[in-house]
Order: sequence, then C-alpha cells, then structure tokens
Amino acid sequence: MQIYLPIAEVSVNAFLLLGLGGLVGILSGMFGVGGGFLLTPLLFMIGIPPAVAVATGTNQIVASSISGVLAHFRRRTVDLRMGTVLLIGGLIGAALGVQIFSVLRDLGQVDLLVSLCYVLFLAVIGALMFVESLNAIRRARSTGPAARTVRRQRKWIHVLPFKMKFRASGLYISVIPPLVVGLLVGVLAAIMGVGGGFIMVPAMIYLLGMPTKVVIGTSLFQIIFVTAFTTLLHAMTNYTVDMVLAVLLLVGGVIGAQFGTRIGTRLKAEQLRILLATMVLVMCGKLALDLLLEPSELYSIGVDG
Amino acid sequence: MIRALLLFLAIAVPGRAEEIVADLSQDRVSISTNFDGSEILIFGAIRRDAPRSFDSKMSIVITVEGPREDVTVRRKNRVLGIWVNADSVEMENVPSFYAVASSRPLAEALSAEEDLRWRITTRRALTAPERMRLARWEPQFLNALVRVNTAAGAYTTSEDGVDLREGTLFSTSIALPASLTEGNYTTRIYLTRDGRVTDSHATALYVQKVGLERFLYVLAHEQPLIYGCLSLLIAIAAGWGASAIFRYTRL
Repeated sequence: MQIYLPIAEVSVNAFLLLGLGGLVGILSGMFGVGGGFLLTPLLFMIGIPPAVAVATGTNQIVASSISGVLAHFRRRTVDLRMGTVLLIGGLIGAALGVQIFSVLRDLGQVDLLVSLCYVLFLAVIGALMFVESLNAIRRARSTGPAARTVRRQRKWIHVLPFKMKFRASGLYISVIPPLVVGLLVGVLAAIMGVGGGFIMVPAMIYLLGMPTKVVIGTSLFQIIFVTAFTTLLHAMTNYTVDMVLAVLLLVGGVIGAQFGTRIGTRLKAEQLRILLATMVLVMCGKLALDLLLEPSELYSIGVDG
Repeated sequence: MIRALLLFLAIAVPGRAEEIVADLSQDRVSISTNFDGSEILIFGAIRRDAPRSFDSKMSIVITVEGPREDVTVRRKNRVLGIWVNADSVEMENVPSFYAVASSRPLAEALSAEEDLRWRITTRRALTAPERMRLARWEPQFLNALVRVNTAAGAYTTSEDGVDLREGTLFSTSIALPASLTEGNYTTRIYLTRDGRVTDSHATALYVQKVGLERFLYVLAHEQPLIYGCLSLLIAIAAGWGASAIFRYTRL
C-alpha cells in the first residue's frame, strides 16, 4: 500500500515504513538505545529527503525516550540538576545545529554534512563497541578475574570555575563540562536526527565521573527535551517534520520495542553488543561507500524554497 | 463581388478549416494519502468545415507543462577523496513537469522553425528566453537538468504516443509521477500539417493536495509552531501510551 507523505512529497510503501519502525523498535528494545542513529540512515536509503529524515527522526526519539524516562523517574535515577545543566547546553546546541543545518541546506551541502557526521560517529562507536565486546568475551572465556576499570579522575575538570553541587550524582564540579557536553549533543541532535545518548553516556561516565545508575535516566531526561526542542525548531525553520511519516514509524516502533525487549532478555549481553556493533559498522560502510565511490549521476536538482 | 470575396477568404485562410476540439479525462488531479502517480487521458477530435485533405501530412503534438519553479542544479566533484557538491547553477522558471507526445516522430511532425516559434520540444520549451533564466550559461548543467528530470519521470517525450484515428480522433495518456508539484498545469494541443502548426488549443489542469495531505501541508507551512507541537504531542502520547499498555499487559 503506497502512501503519500505530505512534507517529504514522496510516495512510499506504508508497510515498509511500519516494518522499518518495527525493526528499529526491536533493536532499541534489545539494546536499550534510542535508535535514531539507525533510523535516520535507513530513511535516507528508502529515499526520504535527508532534511525530512533528520527532523522526523528527532520527533521519533521523543516518543522512544518518554517511556524510558518515566521508568527512571519511578526508580529515582534521574539527576534533575545535572539534567537541567546538560539541557541548557543542549538547547543552545540544538538552536546552533538547526541554524547550521538551514544554512547548509541552502548551500546544498546538508546531505554531505549529515553523511560525514554519520560515517565518522558510526565508525568510531561501532569500532569501540566491537573491540570492547570482543574483549569482554575473551575475558569471560579465560575465566580470569575481570580487570576492574578504575575511574580516572581528571584533574583539569576540578580546576574549572563555576562549581556546583550535584547531590544525586554525588559530585561537586564546574558547570562548564556538562554545559559543553550538552551543547555538543544538541548540535548532533539537530544535524543527525539522533538523541545523542551514545555520546552523552560515555561522556557522563568517563568525563564527568557520574555514577552509572543515574547516567541513563539523566541522559534520557536531557534527550527528551533537546529532541523535542529540535523538532520544533526544524518544524519552524525548515518545515521538514513529516507527521504521516512520524505516525507510521511510531506505530511500528512501539510494537517493535516490546518484542525487542523480550528478545533482548534471551540473548547474552556480549553477543548483543557484537551484533549491534556489526550492524553499526555495516551501516557506516554503506554510507562511506556512497561518499567514496563515483556516483552514476553527478548532477542533482534542488528546488529553491 | 461579395460572393467572390467570401470564396477568396475561404481559400486564403485554410488554417481555420481544421479546428481542434479536445478535453481531459479530469481537469483536477488530487494528491490524496494514497496518491502514487496518476495518468490523465487527453482526447479530442479535429473539426472540419471541408472534407479532409490528403495533400499534406497531418499530425497532433500534445504537451503538458507543470508549474515553473526556481531550481539549483549541482554537480559533484571529488574533493579529498569524497564526492561533494562543488559547482552549481541556479535556474529560474524551470517547468517542474514537461511531457511531449506526438502522433508521429517529432522530426516529421514539427519543423525546426515551428518548434522554435511555439517552444514545443522539451529543450526548446526549457530555453525559451522569456521564460527561463540561467545564472550562467552552462550547457552541461542544462543537459543534466533534462537528464535527471527525465530519469525521474518529470520530463517525458513520447514520439508516437498520440493515437490518431481516421485523421480525426486523437487520444493520448500522460503519466504523472508521484513526485508531482502542486499547481496549474497547461495542456497544449497542436495540429500540424507538413511540420507547420495550423491550430492549437490549450486547457488547464489543476494539481493539488487534498484532505489530510492538504491540511498537514498547509498547517506545517502556515502554523509551524502548532504543527510542531502537534507532532510532539503525538510522539509523547505514543511513547507514554506504549509504556502504559506494556506495563498493563505484563502484569
């Protein structure tokens, strides 16, 4: 069944979109990721204009993060204070990102920017995850005592001014690092159509030294507001949020996520991570090839809005 | 004297002896939720005051032109190993859709001078100086515009696409792609004899989004804040609802 998307102005198969939403839902349920970094490139591949894919992707993440953050609120594993600081950075970053996006769209370079960002981040994250899960499997096989990772206390972080107490995280640090982290994530959200959890979570653990139990909840808290804000900005500056596309993806995603969570509990964590890493690397490879190989048609037409 | 003058007029203006009468299967194309391209049937007849003459080759040429828009044609170049949009030419008033169909090969149906005068074939229609403007004259980019649009189904040329029966009744169907631009489309029908246009006829065709598609498109462009909030509301409701239902079914 073909369905015409009013904003993307293309006609796509409704079941394909439902399936895609479902697939990403399953993956996000299995791995506990937002799935934005998988969904957005998949949307490019089925012919949705990148600008629409990115803007609609951020809307999607709002939905998939809401249920997560509610669970964390119930367990009181959200550091609201830290979340708010990250959020302020995130909002500034998102505003910046949407402006960059808008300018590059006029210059005809937005596809390049989005692809480059994806190739870069997917490669780094895929490789890191792959190596780490391989190591984990090797450790599990050698049955030796697991090497404990010692949290490195970065000296320079404690030298910065504007210190603030974050009780839920048990931290007393400067607000500058969380602001910067939030800002970067905000830019990424606007440009790549992702929540940015994959950047923020490691940054919170290794850079800010937050306890792991509050990391996920706090990042979800920030992601919801930043992606919601980004969606609004995209809707207002680029007019690229496609509601029909969003609804179809949501329906698939919501159902998929439930199956994903059930599948996820049956598989081993290391296997899951290797699987996800492989998928991320494949996606990255595909996008990289598109940039590196000579396209069959060198010319493209853009309608001036 | 008067009789002689009337006779003279009848002979001197043979062009009016044949006149096109035509219609479209629909004068409105609606882009609704399940729109996946469409086809319009253009049909008609040639009305004659005198018996059909066989001393010259007659043919029918039909064009459908979409609303004009400003586009930027970009060319990719290899920069530092990757392919990026490097060069571009802006073009104003480029038809978003252009279809030509004729009852015999265009080279026979239309002389080059008549084509230049009436701007019928795709290339001629594009380069009409009073219509289209290029920021720079770059034939490569113009070729690319035609090539890319042809590949996308936006520009079509169908020689032999018009079915002409008994030299009187004609019909053709023009395929409209799913990526249709909204606006007024013009259908022009030319009757030619030995490559010369002897009569022409134009009708309009309206393409517009309808129903939900129209509502969402207009809302997104005219009330972007409300539209954005609505999108978010749907997302929040879906996320919230899903987690609520999920918890309920698990218990």
